[in-house]
Amino acid sequence: MANLSMTVNGKSVTATVDPRTLLVQFLRENLRLTGTHVGCDTSQCGACVVHLDGKAVKACTTLALSCEGASVTTIEGLANGGTLHPMQEAFREHHGLQCGFCTPGMIMSAVDIVNRRGNSLDEKTIREDLDGNICRCTGYHNIVKAVAAGAEAMGKGAAPVRQAAE
Amino acid sequence: MSATGIGAPVRRKEDHRFITGQGRYTDDINRPGQAHAYFLRSPHAHATLKKIDTKAAAAMPGVLGIYTGDDLAADKVGGLICGWMIHSKDGSPMKAGPHPALAQGKVRYVGDHIAVVVAETLAQARDAAEAIVVDYGVLAAVVDTATAAKAKTQVHDEAPGNTVFNWHLGDKDATEAAFKAAKHVTKLDIVNNRLVPNPMEPRAAVGDYDQGEGAFTLYTTSQNPHVARLVLSAFIGIAPENKLRVIAPDVGGGFGSKIFIYAEETVCVWVAKKVGRPVKWTSDRTEAFLSDAHGRDHVTHAELAMDADGKMLAMRVHTTANLGAYLSTFSSSVPTYLYAPLLSGQYDIPAIYCEVDAVYTNTAPVDAYRGAGRPEATFVVERLVEVAARQLGKDPAKFRTQNFIRKFPHQTPVIMMYDTGNYGASLKKAMEIIDYKGFPKRRRDSARNGKLRGLGFSAYIEACGIAPSAAVGSLGAGVGLWESAEVRVNPIGTVEVLTGSHSHGQGHETTFAQLVSDRLGVPLENVSIIHGDTDKVQMGMGTYGSRSGAVGMSAIFKAIDKVIAKGKKVAAYVLEADEADIDFKDGNFTVKGTDRTLDFGSCALQAYVAHKFNGQDLEPGLKEGAFYDPTNFTFPAGVHICELEIDPDTGITRIERWAAVDDFGNVINPMIVEGQVHGGIAQGVGQALLEGARYNADGQLVTASFMDYCMPRADDLPSFEVGMTVTPCPSNPLGIKGCGEAGAIASPPAVINAITDALGHEEIAMPATPQAVWRAAQKTLSRMAAE
Repeated sequence: MANLSMTVNGKSVTATVDPRTLLVQFLRENLRLTGTHVGCDTSQCGACVVHLDGKAVKACTTLALSCEGASVTTIEGLANGGTLHPMQEAFREHHGLQCGFCTPGMIMSAVDIVNRRGNSLDEKTIREDLDGNICRCTGYHNIVKAVAAGAEAMGKGAAPVRQAAE
Repeated sequence: MSATGIGAPVRRKEDHRFITGQGRYTDDINRPGQAHAYFLRSPHAHATLKKIDTKAAAAMPGVLGIYTGDDLAADKVGGLICGWMIHSKDGSPMKAGPHPALAQGKVRYVGDHIAVVVAETLAQARDAAEAIVVDYGVLAAVVDTATAAKAKTQVHDEAPGNTVFNWHLGDKDATEAAFKAAKHVTKLDIVNNRLVPNPMEPRAAVGDYDQGEGAFTLYTTSQNPHVARLVLSAFIGIAPENKLRVIAPDVGGGFGSKIFIYAEETVCVWVAKKVGRPVKWTSDRTEAFLSDAHGRDHVTHAELAMDADGKMLAMRVHTTANLGAYLSTFSSSVPTYLYAPLLSGQYDIPAIYCEVDAVYTNTAPVDAYRGAGRPEATFVVERLVEVAARQLGKDPAKFRTQNFIRKFPHQTPVIMMYDTGNYGASLKKAMEIIDYKGFPKRRRDSARNGKLRGLGFSAYIEACGIAPSAAVGSLGAGVGLWESAEVRVNPIGTVEVLTGSHSHGQGHETTFAQLVSDRLGVPLENVSIIHGDTDKVQMGMGTYGSRSGAVGMSAIFKAIDKVIAKGKKVAAYVLEADEADIDFKDGNFTVKGTDRTLDFGSCALQAYVAHKFNGQDLEPGLKEGAFYDPTNFTFPAGVHICELEIDPDTGITRIERWAAVDDFGNVINPMIVEGQVHGGIAQGVGQALLEGARYNADGQLVTASFMDYCMPRADDLPSFEVGMTVTPCPSNPLGIKGCGEAGAIASPPAVINAITDALGHEEIAMPATPQAVWRAAQKTLSRMAAE
């Protein structure tokens, strides 16, 4: 067993974990943050995407111990109190989800795309940059619309994603 | 139309929890004292189990128990069942081998269940499973669909020649006579590739046993928790229904694969009592590939007969359907009654004859996957029609139009009575959307860039709204396919609807609430939809076959009618008028010709306080239930057109445009319906271009992760142009036909017709991967060079 401490959604957490514990297991099982999902175990589907020090990572293939001292943001930490993040709002407005299982990872990836590429995203860029996230329900049509709209809304002074610096 | 009523694109009520990470899926549920299950699975496709030694494993840290098929047998736990009896041509019942939840004596596919290890942690269970020593007697494996019946190896002793049934439908003599009289016959050999449904949420189960009550609870990823309870209780014998609660919380997609009652949830609930602890199992993705029921896997020869003018005269079809190693819950219905009755498509074909041989193989069980039989039928019909048009030198749209059914109702030669439709209208609209007239220019432009451009039609029909109980009973179903609803009005006028339909992404909490809001005049936010729990909802048949709108909402509609009728009685007492003089409109009960009014909420309160009426003449309360049994299938139909471009240098196919025009009858929420179309198309494009489950000759699944099995990603697909035409369904009160499967049914032939149009020849099979397309395109280029 090994000691672990990190910041998750702005709160300090410490735990003693089996060294083989994955970040996603730590989030789901130790912290009961079950919004981060496991869809494939092989870094393909992106249902487990969280932000690690402000950058998107796949929590199903990240060892929890490798995140010692880091700041992690999950889907549960994206909204600002009762106010949804503009990307969350865009997914609802544009019907960018059906069963909802891929959605947390999809939204965390979408925010990361905006952080990397700015607020004006064309369809081709969105589709290529969503390559690491699989959705089986929507055919991506409405996800692409949601990401474009969410990106634009983020540029209009809506609250930026909680960053590692916090 | 109000902003939240029928026809409005209302944003979904369920979304808030999903976009904030507050969804509650089965794997999110943790019971106090919960232990973890891990299944030891067969690494061999076919082997006898000579000895299973669990001694060393049982002594490992954290292990609470290890159980095998012998323990199931000792506890008299029944096997998994197939709930649809099919009879062969000779009248004999299908040959079904036993299907124990944990193997007894033999394993029959890679991933078959040998033992379950229950331990304090998943890691401990997994470690212990590796310490179980199994002495296998490895046998030859039967894998190939087309040759399984001739294999020397037999998967089940009960099924000689690995044949489950030799079934047929239609008039053979009339069909043969029509073929003899035909001037032109188009013939086609077709493989409908095996697919893995792959909902993003893997299957999971948590079994719990309450010793004080002697009652079980099973949390499971199910599209139909009541059917799961029925099977686990009546057939498998876990517990009587009143001592078994099945809860399906949020379900992360299903596409058919979560209809079935599997070994894992059976074992989890059974073993919870044995270890005296709640037991959780969650599939990893490779387990899902190995053990979720697969879809499709047909090998077909089909022929279409026409007269000199191109009028269709007859169709004959022979299909071999691979059902895998065991008969899954509804597997036998898929290549039979969900398949052959759709072979008439949208066309007036006087005679059809179809034979289906179903075979066992040493592969995962095959059952319903989005569309279930209807995509396979549509692929046969629409490929045959397209090739026939090409062989006759006819424009494919004109050839289809020439043969469309125009008069309704229309009795096909294969069971179905189509109630209504306007196929020409959908075709015309789709051709306008895609700009069919401009296609030759676009094709020339592509050619100038060294690309091959093609356009493919698919005019599909499906039978949904499954299904009239008497009809399916006569065809072999073990259940009736009605739906139930209960509408509970609370004293302050809020409404709870309990429904036997169960959403796994379809947005029932929104759509069903729209119906209630529209009919009762209560605000959308005052309506809650309750589903997925057998202790709350008395009985239901669940969600599949695009039935939740046409059947599930019709049950709600009926229950609402009863609520309104009761409300009128209450209002009559309160308003001191005759019941016959009470009208109900826009949420108000009024006395005809007066301004005396009682709003719905006040009526509810009066129903519960019961001060204004003698509780003996009229019972207090406002709560009504209904069961709705459909009178016919519904027949959604439409036309999809795919336009694509092939790069002959790389074999990469880019879908450039997609026009989808569907007739789903009346639509409650067009935003949700369009979303269903988008998702269905994506799965069909996946089948056509990317996806294929492949077993090697030893029966090893070589496509068992997302790294080997190519799922459609965002950059594999275009945005879709979706249109609708409407002919209301006459057989249910809402005029709904159903929309969940249409995209997956329509799209594969549209893609392949477009690819073969681009290539100028028919030599390509699904999935048309870049490698396959590149090879096919080289033939095209060499033929072009020779000309």
